[in-house]
Amino acid sequence: MGNPILFAVLALFAIGSALGMVLSRNAVHSALWLIFNFSLVAVLYVVLNAPFIAMVQVTVYAGAIMVLFLFVIMLLAADMPRAIIPTRSAHTLLAVVLGTAMVAILGYVFLRGAAPAVGGADPIDTAPITLGFLLFETYVLPFQVTAVLLLVSMIGVVVLTVRRGKSNA
Amino acid sequence: MPEVTIDWYVALGVILFTIGAIGVLVRRNAIVIFMSIELMLNAANLVFVAFARHLGNLDGQVFVFFVTTVAAAEAAVGLALIVTIFRTKASINVDAINSMRG
Repeated sequence: MGNPILFAVLALFAIGSALGMVLSRNAVHSALWLIFNFSLVAVLYVVLNAPFIAMVQVTVYAGAIMVLFLFVIMLLAADMPRAIIPTRSAHTLLAVVLGTAMVAILGYVFLRGAAPAVGGADPIDTAPITLGFLLFETYVLPFQVTAVLLLVSMIGVVVLTVRRGKSNA
Repeated sequence: MPEVTIDWYVALGVILFTIGAIGVLVRRNAIVIFMSIELMLNAANLVFVAFARHLGNLDGQVFVFFVTTVAAAEAAVGLALIVTIFRTKASINVDAINSMRG
């Protein structure tokens, strides 16, 4: 499942960019670090024989969703110095302790029980057409439900953000 | 040279998820908290794709689509909530949103 050196480089940069996202004082820098992280994960998807998912990752995640984030940051001027919010040291300490415990527990459970015996299946056909047939035949009901979800969220966003009680005429 | 197995991808997913969880706990900026949630969803996606490759099965990749859809809906509604809160509180510090504190 890929070249070890390539994986190591991508994984290190992905972890580094994730840390950069959490540690940046400026929200715009956080967003840029997250875009970098999403791009690196997209490369991992290509390595994992999922080229279409990689394209979706770049266009939807790194493209659409992050542009939405950057747009809201600019709308609220959240990169202004007054909006840089200090973190509390007690929270930070507790979060780091809990995070370390989480990694330890997940690592222990994974290494203890779930280590798979087989090294991995042969690469399968992951062309968009194959994926599309699976999506529109086996998973057609969940697909329709996600359509309803998107419609509801769109209506919700409009209801939340429209200014009521003012005549816009 | 060691072969890259599923373990490596799961380990990377766990680390990225934990960094996202720490981000949610530590940061006070609501926008950065939402970005941390996106990072956690992305870590789950990575593990989905890795297991799809490992098991020779496409179902994991289809689930990534659904996760992406939910992430997009969540980001849109969340950011709309942040904009609405900013209008009333003039702040996106989550500590300022304590009207219901007893």
